[in-house]
Amino acid sequence: MSLKASELKVGDTYEEEVCRNLSRTQIVQYAGTSGDYNPLHSDEIFTTQIAGYPSVFAHGMLSMGMTGRMLTNYVGDGRLKSYGVRFTSQVFPGATLTAKATITDIREEDGEQIAAIEVSTQDADGVVVIKGQATARLD
Amino acid sequence: MAAEKFPVEAGHIMMFARSIGDANEIYYDEDYAKTTEPGGTVAPPTFVQASAQFDPNYFLRPKIGEEWFGSASGPTGITKREGGSGGGGGGGGLHAEQHYVYHRQVMAGDVLKATTKPGKSWEKEGRRGGKLKFSESVTEYHDQKGELVVTATSVGVQTEKPATS
Repeated sequence: MSLKASELKVGDTYEEEVCRNLSRTQIVQYAGTSGDYNPLHSDEIFTTQIAGYPSVFAHGMLSMGMTGRMLTNYVGDGRLKSYGVRFTSQVFPGATLTAKATITDIREEDGEQIAAIEVSTQDADGVVVIKGQATARLD
Repeated sequence: MAAEKFPVEAGHIMMFARSIGDANEIYYDEDYAKTTEPGGTVAPPTFVQASAQFDPNYFLRPKIGEEWFGSASGPTGITKREGGSGGGGGGGGLHAEQHYVYHRQVMAGDVLKATTKPGKSWEKEGRRGGKLKFSESVTEYHDQKGELVVTATSVGVQTEKPATS
């Protein structure tokens, strides 16, 4: 599954719900696979009493990873040339996130058809938690 | 994130895919993966972050025999020293940006070497007051043949106050 330059146009969008009611356990699961055991993501006592946050919160990289899943589902496996984001808001347990891709440009680069994609992920209240961009190789 | 040897393993990719809620069969079934365009188990786009597992000095992993700053019998496991400011280190740093450039796709079976060098740094006034100090680090992942596979640029921010948004 991959995208064809001939069937794609600027302004096309694709979106996916990438998590629903995010659990603390999924955050722990991500800590285990990524190796980032910062207690801010799993240790409620440390995070509220020492660091001064209202609750543990997700790794930015978990939100980026979930958003990346939307991208690979859209553009196909092994098609990304670049992917970058800014973490614009923290994601707390209970979050439901929707990730959206918008095609901003289709161009030829070194003999390949490339799509430039704007990426945005927001929570159920419409707060944007990730803003970014990606490029992907098209057929 | 520096790692002399970051072996990219199919089992690790499967567990990583689970943790980001990605049900794509390519990460779970090697036989299926062989039939796809990448021709094998490809890593999810943010997988190289897991090279932290292979960085012997990664500071956000508890080290055997050392105090850990997360809670234990008290709210932090760091023993308060006389005259010191107490524990709780590591609470002020957050991840602000992450960028990847894929020179080729990372595949199970690759053995990558990660080398990190500092990038730019800058300061900004926060929305709620207090200075924000940004600093960039650039990690290059090279394969067995010495070819560049991924360039990862990470931007961290140190906040004077907890950065709740």
